[in-house]
Amino acid sequence: MNTVRLAFRMLSRDWRAGELTILIAAMVLAVASIGTVGFFADRVKGALGKQANLLLGADVLISGDRPLPDRFTAEATRRGLTSTPVLRFNSMVRRDDGDAAGTGAVLADVKAVAPRYPLRGTVVLVDAANESGTPARDIPARGVAWPDARLAARLDIKVGDALAVGEATLKVGAIVQQEPEIASGLLAIGPRLLINLDDVPATNLMQPGNRATYRLLVADLSTRGALDPYLTWLQGELTAGQRMENVRDLRPEVRQTLERAEQFLGLSALVAVILAAVAVALAASRYLRRHLDAAAMLRCFGAPRRQALALFVLQFAALGVIASLVGIALALLGQGLLVALLTAVAPADLPPPGLLPAASAFATGVILLFGFALPPLIALANVPPLRVLRRDLPRPKSGGIVAYLLGAAVIALLIAWQAQDAKAGAIMVGGIGGLLVVAAFVAWLLIVLLKRVPQRGGTWRFGLANLRRRPLASSLQIGALALGFMALLLLTVVRGDLMQNWRASIPADAPNHFVLNVLPEQVEGVRKAMQEAEVSTPLYPMVRGRLVEVNGKRLDTAQYADTRSRRLAEREFNLSFASELPKSNRIVAGKWFDGATGPQAGISMEKGIADSLRLKVGDTLTFDIAGTPATAAITSLRKVEWDSFRPNFFTLFAPGVLESMPQTYLGAVRLPDQKAAAWLSALVQDYPNVLAIDVGEILRQVQMIIGQVAKAVEFVFLFTLVGGLLVLQAAIAATQDERRFDAAILRTLGASRAQLSAAQNAEFLVLGALAGTLGSAGATAIGYVLSDRVFNIPFSANPMVWLYGIAGGMIVVTLAGWLGTRGTMRQPPLAVIRQLA
Amino acid sequence: MTEPLLRAVELTKIVTSGEAPLTILDDVGFSINAGDAVAVVGASGSGKTTLLGLLAGLDQPTRGDVWLDGTALSTLDEDARAALRQRLLGFVFQSFQLLPHLTALENVMLPLELAGAADAASSAKDWLGRVGLAKRTTHYPKQLSGGEQQRVAIARAFAGEPKLLMADEPTGNLDNATGEEVIDLMFRLNREHGTTLLLVTHDASLAGRCARKLSLSAGRLVGDAALVH
Repeated sequence: MNTVRLAFRMLSRDWRAGELTILIAAMVLAVASIGTVGFFADRVKGALGKQANLLLGADVLISGDRPLPDRFTAEATRRGLTSTPVLRFNSMVRRDDGDAAGTGAVLADVKAVAPRYPLRGTVVLVDAANESGTPARDIPARGVAWPDARLAARLDIKVGDALAVGEATLKVGAIVQQEPEIASGLLAIGPRLLINLDDVPATNLMQPGNRATYRLLVADLSTRGALDPYLTWLQGELTAGQRMENVRDLRPEVRQTLERAEQFLGLSALVAVILAAVAVALAASRYLRRHLDAAAMLRCFGAPRRQALALFVLQFAALGVIASLVGIALALLGQGLLVALLTAVAPADLPPPGLLPAASAFATGVILLFGFALPPLIALANVPPLRVLRRDLPRPKSGGIVAYLLGAAVIALLIAWQAQDAKAGAIMVGGIGGLLVVAAFVAWLLIVLLKRVPQRGGTWRFGLANLRRRPLASSLQIGALALGFMALLLLTVVRGDLMQNWRASIPADAPNHFVLNVLPEQVEGVRKAMQEAEVSTPLYPMVRGRLVEVNGKRLDTAQYADTRSRRLAEREFNLSFASELPKSNRIVAGKWFDGATGPQAGISMEKGIADSLRLKVGDTLTFDIAGTPATAAITSLRKVEWDSFRPNFFTLFAPGVLESMPQTYLGAVRLPDQKAAAWLSALVQDYPNVLAIDVGEILRQVQMIIGQVAKAVEFVFLFTLVGGLLVLQAAIAATQDERRFDAAILRTLGASRAQLSAAQNAEFLVLGALAGTLGSAGATAIGYVLSDRVFNIPFSANPMVWLYGIAGGMIVVTLAGWLGTRGTMRQPPLAVIRQLA
Repeated sequence: MTEPLLRAVELTKIVTSGEAPLTILDDVGFSINAGDAVAVVGASGSGKTTLLGLLAGLDQPTRGDVWLDGTALSTLDEDARAALRQRLLGFVFQSFQLLPHLTALENVMLPLELAGAADAASSAKDWLGRVGLAKRTTHYPKQLSGGEQQRVAIARAFAGEPKLLMADEPTGNLDNATGEEVIDLMFRLNREHGTTLLLVTHDASLAGRCARKLSLSAGRLVGDAALVH
């Protein structure tokens, strides 16, 4: 009991004397950044995903070729989820004006919906008074149908007219301008008709043989986190012919955007934590050096080893708890600010912050402290009491190699825990760890080289001699400083470039309409029409085929454990051919065709799908194209920027294989909003079979997500900024006492203040220049790897990084060093020696 | 005959530095009775500080033993030696050894707090008063002069009411006049409390104030003289 009380007293005395400032700041920072991102992930990331779910009309969509079992609905209800069934089928739709022959029938994509549809987003109806339409408040009533604008135009009907679906006659209640469920089935959309599910029996269309799709939309409207367990349950219940899809599965551009968003956020937090860990380590080792005497005195006064250890451990435990609590309070504040920042853009029904992120942030604080502070603490308790008489006794090693291993293990643990993406995490850790090692090594090398340089001028020589005198300490200090500069450069210059490149990856002129189903004989005419648009892509040929064999063996889709891969393999592929590598594609393995033709020139696969299906360069694939097999080997893998919003293909053949196969063409155009309707209706008039799909909404969603995440990332980077500054501060403070002592000794030997300043400035300038150079190199390298390997964004090196890094390093380190030792120059040397001896 | 408070038996300390073993203390033996005031004198490097470290149980001899209040230190482990130090010993050092981040009062309180004393603060305040620093309790060491710092150290040493006070060159870092004051204070408190005093010094005038003088030279005890006042 006495020990506990004494530990608290000692802690408060240390705190008052300012011994703990850096340590506490580093701890608070680590906990606050982990906490903020944790809270953020808990609340806002879900909201971002939900925003994307507007495109789907639900959080998840279950579909099957036969009616779905009732227990899917029952289980969803039991778990507090909301669900609504949808039945989708194709049917000829006629205008019903008494004339049985009518004005002709149009094949429509009929969607029969029940109350509460859609669960996410809204159906927007055409409104003569309002160009952007009116949101529908309900679904079509019984006996009422809502055709979309295309169907209405093709049938030449208006509100109040009647139309016939199968044997039922329905009244047109409204014209649909925009539907939320635009994410699914991009390539299978005809004109659409929305009807009430209760009217389906009257159509008498659900006969055996009619291909209908039964769907269940499910959403977690009460935001209680019930969705994931439900999906896990569902996974085990799905049988052949039943699928579960979310917006990420369906829209690669949305998936890519959300994934990048999560990576950006996760990485920012990770960098902050790693920096904080380095700052904690530096601060703890300084604490050790400054408390050696105290520990020796405690032992001399009769404290047993156990009690001395308990005193220091208790102090640190209390410190950890207090710093963690402060960190969590800051995190709550931070995420509140973050949410306020984001909801200004898009109000979202956010759940309150949960306890879990707080607990994990707290654990981070405690793990950090004990990972980095325990070894020095044990060393403190082991200090020989004889030190009170003999100051020249060697300082106890702060746990030696074990301490470093423990520290590395703690960082690895934190990363494994916090990194959403193993690869990005590994790159960060490898980059930072590598930088530290390389920086220390290069610094050591340079210091050794300095010895060989003929040296003139006393003060410079003395300053540089200081660096040489402790090569290991100087190297580590340069390494830590370089790390700090690297973080600052990463987040000022490189981050700006990364974010800008990310934003630019969706070009301002991205197409907002896809034109599909163009027949070969229509290509010339449609191309001409497309050239009237603001922006247009070429028309690409498209052949549909099923993957049937891999390396001569029948494809067994059961080998894919995850449903996404299985579904990708089961689906019909959209195949195309090209002689030139399409824009926004780049080869990451193998070789592009480069003029080669025919089956022997092979196939170029998209990297992501090849990974999912475990295909590699050299594998031979056979596609079944309307009964005809087409076989070729994979000769290259491509990365595709899906968010370019251009037509892209998973599978490209070389020219000379697919030309004779049945094919249609597709392309994309960008149309200004006010011109879109006129252009589209003219196109459809000339080519009735051509489909035009508006992806403007998807484009807007993706851009909005990027905009919001950019804000969030900037905010989280603030923590990294503080982390970088802390490391700089801790690295400079680490050798401050030694420097002050040296300076005092030199002054007693008759060195003038000017000489001392010059010597010190020389040392700090070299130190800063070395650290700045290494930091710039590290920032450039990590920036390159991140954009190339993780974010798939084109990388452009920014030469300013080097200027800022090196000049900044020299100025900052010299200034900080001057501030830290300024007091020493004025104090009488004896006082300093007494204080520090 | 009563057991002496401190007894050194054939104390030898050999360190291996570089190639050749170096004998720092060679077969040193003597006894000190309770209430004595003993000075250990000798030139720099004669082994004075090593001897003090061994006597206090801060270091272990290569051969020989130290008996402190009837207990052989060689039979104790480091924690038990620490407990013995807490019970019996007080220290005054050449470089004062005040903890820089503690105030004068807290420096004096620390050993009392470690021993679990209930009234550490009032007792420490009392001792600071006795060394003439009643008004400087909240000052940090760096705000005190050298003499004042050593007086805080003396208060800290006496506060634990030790049987034996060990002082290592207590005037080594002080000018003559201040050194005199500190020595006067130490001897006065020593008389008032009947403490046994073991002083390590190369200051002849300081040694002259002790009743007995042990002389070390190159690690050997070369003189044991009782001085008559």
